[in-house]
Amino acid sequence: MEPFALYFATILTLAGIYAALTLGLNLQWGLTGLMNFGPLAFVAVGAYTSAILTVGGSAQHLGGFGWPWWLAWPLAALAGALLALPIGAISLRLRADYLAIATIGIAEILRLIVRNEDWLTGGPLGIPGIPRPFEGLGLPWGQFAYLALVAAVVAGLYAMAQATARSPFGRTLRAIRDDEEAAKAAGKNPAAFRLQAFVLGAACMGLAGAMLAHFFKFMGPDALDPVTATFLVWVMLIAGGSGNNLGAILGAVAVWALWAATDWLAGQLPGELATRAAYVRLFLIGLALQLILLYRPQGLIGERPPRPA
Amino acid sequence: MLELLNFYLIPGLVLGAIYALAAAGVSLVYGVMRFANFMHGDMMTWGAYAALVAVLALGISPWVALPFAVAATIPVAWAADAAFFGRLRRAAPAVLLISSFGAALMIRAVVYFVFGPTPQNYGQGLVPPLLFGEVRIQQRHLFILAGAALAALALHLLLARTRAGRAMRAMADDPDLARVTGVPVAGVIRLTWAVAAALAAIAGTFLAIDTELTPMLGFNVLLAAFAAAILGGIGRPWGAALGGLLLGLAEELSSYPFLAGEPLLQPAYKTAVAFAVLVLVLIFRPQGLFRGMG
Repeated sequence: MEPFALYFATILTLAGIYAALTLGLNLQWGLTGLMNFGPLAFVAVGAYTSAILTVGGSAQHLGGFGWPWWLAWPLAALAGALLALPIGAISLRLRADYLAIATIGIAEILRLIVRNEDWLTGGPLGIPGIPRPFEGLGLPWGQFAYLALVAAVVAGLYAMAQATARSPFGRTLRAIRDDEEAAKAAGKNPAAFRLQAFVLGAACMGLAGAMLAHFFKFMGPDALDPVTATFLVWVMLIAGGSGNNLGAILGAVAVWALWAATDWLAGQLPGELATRAAYVRLFLIGLALQLILLYRPQGLIGERPPRPA
Repeated sequence: MLELLNFYLIPGLVLGAIYALAAAGVSLVYGVMRFANFMHGDMMTWGAYAALVAVLALGISPWVALPFAVAATIPVAWAADAAFFGRLRRAAPAVLLISSFGAALMIRAVVYFVFGPTPQNYGQGLVPPLLFGEVRIQQRHLFILAGAALAALALHLLLARTRAGRAMRAMADDPDLARVTGVPVAGVIRLTWAVAAALAAIAGTFLAIDTELTPMLGFNVLLAAFAAAILGGIGRPWGAALGGLLLGLAEELSSYPFLAGEPLLQPAYKTAVAFAVLVLVLIFRPQGLFRGMG
């Protein structure tokens, strides 16, 4: 029973971390129409910021500050936001596609930095020994407690995202997304609003990165894969329903459950076939995205703009 | 000086020629269909691996395998357009971009599935470089430069001298006007995909000849292709080609020891040059060198 419960808790914890990421992307793409194709960059910055601030000293990478997680996590969110600020300031006043290209670029550069700046990130060896909150409770309760913490963070982010979507600020973001000229005519500055939404979303992603690093207790370049850290998040949001915060969470949980289940199924196959099954899954998830875009562009639960109170 | 020419300028020109072909394809699709085609990099990969199949099956050299690469890549572009992009034509450009991202992953998945993640090569072995006095140039570099020049010339003749090319330029300038004046839109789109796929396959095979084949081959230069296309003014294939040349030179020169024996930029960060160029263009000249589309 216990191994099963632990496995289930692992799946749910990762689903929760993905939910935080998807909520961040929903703020950017769903609400504001910003194409961020580099969630990986913000996850990486958040993960390494929190890892470096909390681990013990080591000659292999920067560290030794030994801060508690509750101090490091907000700073991880801040790091995500700070990375987003210049990128957004440069590319958001231009065409929407330019942000997509710029974010792909920043994600690649972050991957290079992570791999090459050994003094900072430990290079290919990464940063081991990141403390996981509530570890002291032992198994399985420590892991359940961490799941509860992630769930609480996601609930908090959801409440904030809902409040944002309902606020005049959120209405302005939707107005800019749907008709920029009309929003301009109403005296709004689209570039400034877009930048705020982009930075807020990036902060969510930085926080998700921190939660990921502390869950794995390790952060290295191999943990940052464009497929799982960027593409999967897009599939989750579009499957769940762009523009709908509940849809973002639902999509994250549903797609992650599918991803983990197929991972488990593929693991049952013998050696070589298991590797190939992973590629089949990659193909199918790409195909699934296409089918959703074609036949159900609103996702599982589409956007429901709140009525003004 | 000679070192600069042999080890930085010539490789820079070669890389630039490859970027030029890739960027011209990206720019062409952007001009006619008005979306950033993130599938372009993986079309390059597809072409390079198609050439590998021909090399292995027929025992020919990769240069001779180029037509096979082109012929294998065009149907992929057409199929993706028929299955996905064509049906989303009325959707926002953003949706098309996301769709092309998904299609890119599907292509990559097939390449991974068939060929695995291990790097491969065309088995050309070591060929001694040609010497022109003190100037050394690798044979493959000479071929790539000549091949890229031929491809660029063919593209130029197509766009400038043929009816079909005029129709493509008309679509890029004003799609609605083109439609009402009787430009066969569906045919122009098919032709655009064919040309873009051919350029991608050639660029991909050249890149694989110069480096090695991996399933990430094309995706790794997608950023460079877009940076070059934006530098040249997006939607303008000639500008994109020039942008590609400049970017390739900049990338290689970035690791030249200008500063007292230290490279300007560690070679590991070469990719960052494309990003830096992109950022500089977006800040100082977002319309590109040759006024791209809005």
